[in-house]
Amino acid sequence: MPVKMPAPEPETLARRAQIAAAMRAIVPGEGVIDHADELAPYESDALTAYAQKPLLVVLPENTEQVAAVLRWCGEQGVRVVPRGAGTSLSGGALPLADGILLGLSRLNRILEVDYDNRLAVVQPGVTNLAVSQAVAARGFYYAPDPSSQVACTIGGNVAENSGGVHCLKYGMTAHNVLALKMVLMSGEVLELGARALDAPGYDLLGVAIGSEGLLGVVTEVTLKLLIKPPQAQAALLGFESVGSAARCVAEVIAQGIIPAGMEMMDKPAIHAAEDFLGIGYPRDVEALLIVEVDGPAEECAHLMELVTATAQRNGASTLRVASGEQERLRFWAGRKAAFPAIGRISPDYYCIDGTIPRRCLPEMLARMADMSLRHGLRVANVFHAGDGNLHPLILYDANVPGDLERAEEFAAEILRTCVAMGGVLSGEHGIGVEKRDLMPEMFGELDLAHQERIKCAFDPDMLLNPGKVFPTLHRCAELGRMHVHHGQLKFPELPRL
Amino acid sequence: MSEAPSVVSERSPRHAPASDAEVRDLISAAVAARRRLEIEGGGSKRALRSPVTADVVLELRALSGVLDYDPEELVIRACAGTPLREIETLLEERQQMLAFEPFDHALWFGAEPGRATLGGIMAANISGPRRVSSGAARDHLLGFTAVSGRGELLKGGGAVVKNVSGFDLPKLMAGSWGTLAVLTSLTVRVVPRPPAQTTLRFFGLSDAIANRLMTAALATPAAVSAAAHLPAVPASAAETLLRLEGFGPSVKARVRLLEEHLASFGSPEALHDESSTRAWRRVVALEPLPRRGCTWWRLSVPPARGAEAGAALADATRAVLYDWGGGLVYAAVPEPAPESAPQSAAESAAGVLDARIRSVARTLGGHARCVQGSAAPAPAPAAPRPPGSSALRTLNERVKAAFDPFGILNPGLDLAAEL
Repeated sequence: MPVKMPAPEPETLARRAQIAAAMRAIVPGEGVIDHADELAPYESDALTAYAQKPLLVVLPENTEQVAAVLRWCGEQGVRVVPRGAGTSLSGGALPLADGILLGLSRLNRILEVDYDNRLAVVQPGVTNLAVSQAVAARGFYYAPDPSSQVACTIGGNVAENSGGVHCLKYGMTAHNVLALKMVLMSGEVLELGARALDAPGYDLLGVAIGSEGLLGVVTEVTLKLLIKPPQAQAALLGFESVGSAARCVAEVIAQGIIPAGMEMMDKPAIHAAEDFLGIGYPRDVEALLIVEVDGPAEECAHLMELVTATAQRNGASTLRVASGEQERLRFWAGRKAAFPAIGRISPDYYCIDGTIPRRCLPEMLARMADMSLRHGLRVANVFHAGDGNLHPLILYDANVPGDLERAEEFAAEILRTCVAMGGVLSGEHGIGVEKRDLMPEMFGELDLAHQERIKCAFDPDMLLNPGKVFPTLHRCAELGRMHVHHGQLKFPELPRL
Repeated sequence: MSEAPSVVSERSPRHAPASDAEVRDLISAAVAARRRLEIEGGGSKRALRSPVTADVVLELRALSGVLDYDPEELVIRACAGTPLREIETLLEERQQMLAFEPFDHALWFGAEPGRATLGGIMAANISGPRRVSSGAARDHLLGFTAVSGRGELLKGGGAVVKNVSGFDLPKLMAGSWGTLAVLTSLTVRVVPRPPAQTTLRFFGLSDAIANRLMTAALATPAAVSAAAHLPAVPASAAETLLRLEGFGPSVKARVRLLEEHLASFGSPEALHDESSTRAWRRVVALEPLPRRGCTWWRLSVPPARGAEAGAALADATRAVLYDWGGGLVYAAVPEPAPESAPQSAAESAAGVLDARIRSVARTLGGHARCVQGSAAPAPAPAAPRPPGSSALRTLNERVKAAFDPFGILNPGLDLAAEL
């Protein structure tokens, strides 16, 4: 494994049977897994390049059990890695050899829907799509829609602050969660946020969302529900250059239009999707945009007119407005199937996630083409053009020695370029283990120290999901002492725990 | 250390640093001397918070100016002391705006307007009527630079909307009232300014029916951007406002849609553009609330339950106003007559009333805060705390200590006290 994880505690490994017994006393029945064969499915999340069997898997059924597990582990100094559906693309749920993998899949009930206050209270193991399905009959839905929404869970969405194709207009998870019930490593149960639109104290709700399972384990989530727009309309716009497509995107926004979705695919991605599904995407264009607007029919018609006129002005060679709901969904099908489509043309692919200012899109693609030549690996691009969130897919073959390493170098170069252009390391997949060691590209030592001190406030013994997000594990006491040495920015680095 | 920052007033020492480095040096020196600092943007929101005991005022007004604004990126970056008015004027020139509809509290206090700063708006997490549809200030703060109570310059977040790279420190800074770090610059999301707006105004609804109307309106696909209710005497003058914004044809269609859905509540009057803007300015200014002899309370509750809060406090309030579809209740409470025998804060008539207001908000799933008038520090809430709140209070205190271990930033302003 190329990424160094905290070294396992030999004492913990030696106490495995005792720990399993303690967990069985808390979670009866099938909720504790310790047989090696049964641990195998848990050794990776969707970032399959990294794998590690956990010490044990524990699958609690309620908040009380989660609290009891964490309290026991906190007292005994045993590490815990929380896991939702295991769809993380950044290795956020990668197990530790000496850590309990705490799976939240059995906490899978929708507890309450309050239509008057436009909210739903759900357990973390409920899938993203299930929430929208449960409230669809009343015309409501839950806005963030990561492409994995059939499988990914709300708990994981909270951990990674997940997005989706409609973020530009409707926001990410952080903008759509009102409250959390969270259990700390001490076993204490907290309510963060409120059903009201704000809550007293510091905005720890905001900090908890996107904290990648480092601060606490969420056992209830209060989600904001939105009303389904009466209509959605989509256009398929093909361009002979990425530059024209990017200009079209910028001009749509400059006119005051915030589309519900605005996605771009480059030529390799278009071809892969077309070969896979035969949707009718044009093969002779360099860039394809899918622009979706929503609202009452009059609004869709008005906005679509503006969008298509903008596309024409920018020399679109393909311009098709979906004739109905069926065609609109077909336009999206190719985009949503981009990953499996790439999977068909390459033994392996590595999905990258970074964000750049929109204006840098053409330059970024040009640079990526150059990197592709230098690293000797093909790359296909799908991205959320509206908000500058890139998803380059690097094609490689894990059976070719050195290919994975080259793919990782390629990925790191892309992400460094994102930061250099004024963007960020991750738009919606999180840092996890994958981008952990790139954090210093974006943040200085003092920036990271302030973040790590928040970790210390929640989990002073660093037992919850250690080895993720932060490149160097500092002991909390060391972070607390920094002010004593004020002026000496260098503080002694401790070995990894 | 760079050049010593200027002291602007002899009376109470004031420092007005003009760069991030000067802010850092000032706070570092304060750490070394254990000097307590009051952090001030334009000073327009002083009356909203409990008083601070400090040795020195650190004001951000000299740290002013827009650093970067590219309308096509929908992002603006500016120094913390930049006047809100300057930002809004600049955005307006490019048909853009801040979606969370911040406002200048001079409107409340009859003070000279124009002092509110971008940093102050974010530090206090101030959002106007559009909060119910577009999120709060905290939802639009993408990144920042600041100096923590350790005297260390740090940055958090980024300059793009989609960002999950480390903990979301911008959220922590928003609403922290300068008690964790002194913001020096902010990167804020902007949105296009809708070219048209129409407000539907219903007259004469009771608070309870108005709350039901707002709840029903917000559950339609008309995308209502703001919903408020202004009770009045006589009751027939009460106004309920629903605002629709967007492109002209879209607003027209949504007005029709809304009128159809809400036909059972009566036929509203439509206020277009300028007159719609004027109606909402009255809401933001809390115009119906008496200015004198009253304490103002702000109750944040689940939106459909606002009228319940109003009803529970009806005998104690002189006037109320509902915004955020009922989720925000402003109540003007007459100040009790001075008492003859000295009593403890909790036993005094004011203390009993404070506890009652807080308890009403808490019972409905929200919280209450005194925002104006009562000079006395808020008494310890006597209402029972919800389970788990002490752990939350401890956690808030630990977060405070992580950023400001010596308690030199805005001492006396204890955000954890309400928990």
